[in-house]
This record gives sequence, C-alpha cells and structure tokens, in this order.
Amino acid sequence: MAFVRGFGRFWYDFIVGDDWKIAAGVVAALGITAVLVANEAFGDSALIVIGAAGIVAGFVTSLVVDVRRP
Amino acid sequence: MGSGATWGLLTATFAASLVEFVEALTIVLAMGVTRSWRSALVGTAVAVLALVAFTIVAGYALVNWLPESALQLAIGTLLLIFGLQWLRKAILRSSGLKALHDEEQEFREQSEAARQAGREERFGLDWFSFVVSFKGVFLEGVEVVFIVITFGLNADNVPLAAGGAAAAGVIVLGAGAIVHRPLANVPENTLKYGVGLMLATFGTFWAVEGLGVLRDGGESLEWPGGDWALLVLLAGWLALSRLLVRALPGLARPRRTAVIPPSPVEEA
Repeated sequence: MAFVRGFGRFWYDFIVGDDWKIAAGVVAALGITAVLVANEAFGDSALIVIGAAGIVAGFVTSLVVDVRRP
Repeated sequence: MGSGATWGLLTATFAASLVEFVEALTIVLAMGVTRSWRSALVGTAVAVLALVAFTIVAGYALVNWLPESALQLAIGTLLLIFGLQWLRKAILRSSGLKALHDEEQEFREQSEAARQAGREERFGLDWFSFVVSFKGVFLEGVEVVFIVITFGLNADNVPLAAGGAAAAGVIVLGAGAIVHRPLANVPENTLKYGVGLMLATFGTFWAVEGLGVLRDGGESLEWPGGDWALLVLLAGWLALSRLLVRALPGLARPRRTAVIPPSPVEEA
C-alpha cells in the first residue's frame, strides 16, 4: 500500500507539480477545444486560436487566484 | 538543419537540462554530506539505470504505438504543464511575490530533513539517503528525457538534443565533484524563466496541434504559418509574462510575509 501511495505521489509531483491550478487550466482548455474538434465545429485556424486562448486564460486565472489569496 | 537551428537546439536542451541536473545534484549532495555518500551514490546509480530503461520503453512506445497527432497531444500537454509551472514561478519571483530559488537554502532544508530522519538500514544502505537520492535524480531525469525527446523530435535530431543534455550533465557532475557543495552561482532563476518560455511555446504548439487526433482521420491541426507560429507564440508568452510581472503586484492582497523586492537579475 505504501508503495502504491508513493508511486502515485511521484507521478502527481511529476505531472501536476506545485500548483494544481496550472494543470487544471491546461486540461480544461484542451478539453473544451477537444469537444469542438470532435464535433468539427470550426476550421483549423479558429480551433487553434480557441485552444491557445484557452490555455492563456487558464494560466492568467491561476496566477491571479494565487496572488489574490490572502 | 542549419547551423543556427543546431545551436538553438543545443542551447535549449543544454539550458533546460542544466537546471534539472543542478537540482538533482543539490539533493544528492545533501544526502551524501549529512548521512551516507555510499547510499546516496547507489541511489543515484539505480535512478540512472531506471531512467535508461524508462527512456527505452517510453521512446519505443511513443514512436511505434502512438499516431503522430496523439504523440504531439501527450508530450505537448506535459511540456505545457512543466513550462507553465516554471513560468509561473519566474513571474512570481520577478514581480517580488516569491523568494528567488536558492540552492544554498534548498541544501540547508534538505540537510536538516536528513538529520532529523530516523536511521533505517536495508540491503546494507542508509534507506533514507538511498530513497531521497533515487527520487530526486529520477524525477529531475524524467523531465530531461521529455525535454530531449520533444526538442529532438521537433528538430528531427534526437542525438543532438541528447548531446546537449549530456554536456549539461557532465558539467554539473564535474563541478559538483570539485566543489562538493551546491552550485549557487548558476543563474538558475533566469535560466528557468527562459526555459519556461520555451517549454510553454513548444507545449502550446504541440498540444493544440495534437487535438486533431480526435477528428476523422486523426490528422494534426495546422497552425497558420506552420512552424513560424512558434516565433509568434514565443513572443506572445514573453509579452504576457512581462505584463503579468508588472500587473500582479497591484492585484496582490497583503500577506503575512513581506513582499520581496524585485530582483535586478530577474528583471534583466
């Protein structure tokens, strides 16, 4: 059990790191864009812009939440 | 690949790997100095063997089993998360909202934890030294492996990327063997800022491109301008980070700890 916990902890530290909000923001942005891609809602250029803008928005939000926390 | 691109690839993998190796060295030194050199070095050696096995298995699986767009999505997402974590810390440090990373302080903290830990022997080794050294070297090493694979595949020259990382490893190990203390003079915070920008740029490019795996045929999405979009992304992340460095202190709520004055090195 300790091994499984340690193994899980290692990969959490490796992938998620110090701030889970960064990983959550990236996954949310890519997840929303993935739904649009799967439904072929827009052309490539629009999907690219939506994906990149979502990543930036998630990153800025996580930093602002960090510094606004008392 | 032109000589400019070759040097760019070498510089990118060298700088990124240097930072990771310095962090791993700090951990191993702390264990060696305070507890047991033998156990710390055995932990390091086992971690290096595990890294070689991981690289072979992961490299084979990535190249042979995953379609190109899925590979871009998987590695791009990981790079993006690494890069944005580095960039977040660099922005907070540059804006004075977080203390600069200090290998001397990290060494002191690791050493103190090592002194307070109980002594448990397994296989004739001081288990705490072994485990902490193994984890430190493996964790930092896996990041180097991902960086080498990504930059190498993108530039179609994995051996050159691996060479850049190996050069960084040799320099850090050599310096560590000579000075026997943390490499505090490495401009780690500035390097991390630059590497964070690069990883965020490549990560955004690949992760979004790789979302094409979800549509019929699984073809990657096409960035407008092709590879030139990388330069636009780099400029965009740089501009955003400088904007955040200026804006975030104004948004911060007062904390119990004092705000640290911005570092001239980080501002440079």
